Amino acid sequence: MAVPISVTRGQGPVLPEPSALPAGSGNRGRAALGRLTTAIRRNRKATAGVILLALFTLIALFPNLIPHYNPAEIFYGPKCPSCYSAPALVQASPSSAHWLGTDLEGHDVFSQVIVGTRAVLVLALVTGLLTTLIAMVVGVAAAYLGGTWDGVLNLVTDVLLVIPLFPLLIVIVKYAGQSGNVVLIAVLTITGWSYTARQLRAQAQSLRNRDFLLAAKVRGERSFYIIMVEMIPTMTSLLLACFLTNALYAVLAGSGLQFLGLGDPNLVSWGTTLYWANSQGALQAGLYLWEIVPGLCIALLGAAFALLNYAFDEISNPALRPMRASAKRKKVPLATPTPTPAGGRLATDDAHAG
Amino acid sequence: MTGVAAEPGRLPQAEPGGEPLLRAEGVSRHFKIGNSASRKTLHAVDDATFSVYERQIVAVAGESGSGKSTVARVLAKIYKPTSGEVYFQGKPISGIRSRRDRLRYSGDVPMVFQDPFSSINPVFRVSHGVLRALKLHRPELSKEQRYAEAVRVFDAVGLNPGAEVLQRYPHELSGGQRQRVGFAQALSMRPKLILADEPVSMLDVSIRIGLLNVMAKLRDDEGVSIMYITHDLASARYVTDRLIIMYAGHIVETGPAEDVLSRPRHPYTELLLAAAPDPRAPLNVSSEADIGEPPRVIDPAPGCRFRWRCPLAIDECHKVTPPLRELLPGHSAACHVAQPNSPTGAFQ
Amino acid sequence: MTRTLADDSQGLARPNPPPGPLLEVRDLSVEYLLERAVIGAVDHVSLDVAAGEFLAIVGESGCGKSTLLFAVAQLLFPPAAITGGTVTFRGRNLVGLTEGEMSAVRWKDMSVVMQSAMNALNPVLTVGAQFRDVMRAHGAVGKQEIAQRSEEVMRMVGIDPVHLKSYPHQLSGGMRQRAMIAMAMLFTPELVIMDEPTSALDVVAQRSLMAQIKDLQQRFGFAVIFVTHDMSLVSHFSDRLMVMYAGQVSEVGPTRRLFDAPKHPYTAGLMDAFPSIRGPRVPLAGIPGSPPDLARPPEGCRFAARCPKVMERCKASDPPAYQVEGVDVRCFLYEAGGPR
Repeated sequence: MAVPISVTRGQGPVLPEPSALPAGSGNRGRAALGRLTTAIRRNRKATAGVILLALFTLIALFPNLIPHYNPAEIFYGPKCPSCYSAPALVQASPSSAHWLGTDLEGHDVFSQVIVGTRAVLVLALVTGLLTTLIAMVVGVAAAYLGGTWDGVLNLVTDVLLVIPLFPLLIVIVKYAGQSGNVVLIAVLTITGWSYTARQLRAQAQSLRNRDFLLAAKVRGERSFYIIMVEMIPTMTSLLLACFLTNALYAVLAGSGLQFLGLGDPNLVSWGTTLYWANSQGALQAGLYLWEIVPGLCIALLGAAFALLNYAFDEISNPALRPMRASAKRKKVPLATPTPTPAGGRLATDDAHAG
Repeated sequence: MTGVAAEPGRLPQAEPGGEPLLRAEGVSRHFKIGNSASRKTLHAVDDATFSVYERQIVAVAGESGSGKSTVARVLAKIYKPTSGEVYFQGKPISGIRSRRDRLRYSGDVPMVFQDPFSSINPVFRVSHGVLRALKLHRPELSKEQRYAEAVRVFDAVGLNPGAEVLQRYPHELSGGQRQRVGFAQALSMRPKLILADEPVSMLDVSIRIGLLNVMAKLRDDEGVSIMYITHDLASARYVTDRLIIMYAGHIVETGPAEDVLSRPRHPYTELLLAAAPDPRAPLNVSSEADIGEPPRVIDPAPGCRFRWRCPLAIDECHKVTPPLRELLPGHSAACHVAQPNSPTGAFQ
Repeated sequence: MTRTLADDSQGLARPNPPPGPLLEVRDLSVEYLLERAVIGAVDHVSLDVAAGEFLAIVGESGCGKSTLLFAVAQLLFPPAAITGGTVTFRGRNLVGLTEGEMSAVRWKDMSVVMQSAMNALNPVLTVGAQFRDVMRAHGAVGKQEIAQRSEEVMRMVGIDPVHLKSYPHQLSGGMRQRAMIAMAMLFTPELVIMDEPTSALDVVAQRSLMAQIKDLQQRFGFAVIFVTHDMSLVSHFSDRLMVMYAGQVSEVGPTRRLFDAPKHPYTAGLMDAFPSIRGPRVPLAGIPGSPPDLARPPEGCRFAARCPKVMERCKASDPPAYQVEGVDVRCFLYEAGGPR
């Protein structure tokens, strides 16, 4: 029953196999971007997160697009006959001149928020990036190299994980003296990489014995090459998630430090605005917007990062997607059982031809 | 037409003269298991001695725990042998230290893996592995020459047209095609011996033959030797020249493939043959007894490891590990009861 | 439930089996309802299983055999759903039954053996505890009864009952698979559905397990539906053989007749793809190409693209099943009642 190839086919002895799927489009980058945009549009969390983040980014990049004053400018109220000079304008409720009112020294709150966006975003993105980079190098190297390297790197990671972060941050910043964003970024980075390093190490370990890494090793590649070129590109979705986690951490911890007065008080940033609001008793003075709005912005930016994190999780892992009602089909009305033809054989499917 | 179809495996012959391409002598590989409280040693391979000649396909067949994959990994220098030595082109591979030598060896003796779904990096096009291999192992080629060579090896394994398939991503190829990519990668390094670790086990049955034909073609047209690790005797018979049967870390029988399968001399080989399903042959009713499974060999005592399942085990089998004895020209078995001129009849 | 475990132990025959085949599947269709596409995994499949019959379903990956099996056992989860047809078991349509109604049938009349015991058995419970779970879930209550029956089924499959106290990882692969079969036998069902139960085993253990299954079947008279990708495995054990391709049945009939004279070109191609151990050494070709994408199935015969005997009309229309010499073949070659 064997069929010699030379009889049935005129091709060469080794037969090619036509592909299971149609060939991919030429530019993978463009196709991936297209898929990403569709995925974001479909997922509500992603859309919300992207909109928020885009909004803040725009404000940070082009603050002058939105009319605002110089945050340092002091506004004066109506002069009273017996005063030497006009008192600072203290306005609790929004007005056409001051959309969020002013603070106790006559500065416009809205301007402070707008101008402060840039510092916060820079803090979040730069810290997020640096932290993720360090976590990646440490985590993946520990997993791939194994042995003593793994032990040493793990020890360092664990120590940093165990030490309570906030007190550590406070001590370091105090030691460094009060200075601006740069020191804050440095401090947050040094203390913040350990959490995501753990996650990246765990994933790298699970990848470690995948055959394609072994295949690269057997073909003679060096370890460094394998880690950087073969391993890390397959971890992009986790790296993105780590970046978003770290950015979130930077926003919250950084603003928190500024709120405690450990940042540069002359820097215009949401955290420092909150610091002034708190230390000058905004709530007692009735200047609610001064206290609440910067905090709200911090929360919104943090939420943007968190939403994006959830969203990318869902996009990359379909099992996590929420079931929409429209996706559940109606039950198809089913036929009643037909009586069995004699002998229990298959009926000829005349009705089904074609 | 070069006859891979006409000659999937050659007729039995005596060992070709001259130096073997690769020779393993007394190779053992043990693994430490257990914790510091109870240290035990797993004997994955013990005392493996065999040779592979040029232009030859040798199958190493056995069930799980037989040590066949470990042997391949020792030959690929993924593991170092616990004892014994492997000689490649006459020189011991333990002496290969410098990066240049290691690179040359990995190009001479590459490995093809079992799982088509995890053996190619999913984020790159399939050209990535081949081009990297060419860059590392044949640095004298220019960029255009590398690309041309990549197209040539893809065509040689049946991925036509090579230039087009090179641009695809792994998820756009079927399992059989991915395995062919693995062979193309190995071929691009101009190897002498390809170690194929169960390359068809995870493929659909109708696709396997295509890959087996590729292997035969590589031997015939490209002059490459192949060590084919498998648990399927029928596919081993289809393409190979020599057959090595392993059980629980020991080599129990070796010889020309056709000879070993038509005139087995070791009871285990007879058991494997009796158990292998063959729709064209009538069912062998007597081989239905429950006869246990291959053991995990931990801290073993001397003696034949098949003795617990062998109906012919004698006293000697429990005390002395049987050595590999040549019973017929080129055909050896490790059994105290084996005779040169008749089967043992253990599982008839 | 009037039938007790004691009746099972004594091997009492079930009273008054209804007439006709045990299981009748008519025009069953199963689809995977995904966001981007609808994949027709099983397309209008019909099959019959008589009481005590061993039916093997054979096909390669993606042909729909496992999906078919789960559809029959009513074990499909979203996004898979039965979109048409009936599954009549002992005269009763199972499609559309509620969980409660289905669980009365499950395990007592029909049970399932999964592919990989290591995945199907709970790793943190002993084997005995899992048997107890199953029995309690289906109505058995007496501790004594349960223990006795557990020991009985273990002996039936050739495992020492002392292993009831073992955890799955302590048993060898073959023993685990036998434990699964023992579990399926707890209530002596009339139909046992098996999804590739031997694929994780070595060849010797496979042979031994197949023989055991056949022996049990002959002793207790239950019907078996056995799904596998390796047709040579079932060649000596099954009564009837059904070959599936791309969600459809391409050929079904008595096993020996299919092996000795396969009619459908796909069946013939599959037979050819198995190199023989004992027969003459001949070059083989396999079946080049891949199965069609079931999200967009082709207009005509689904095997047309790979068929060595393809004709023009095969590309235009999907052939119906023709009855030839006791075998049902889905191929235009047999339109006139015999090969052209």
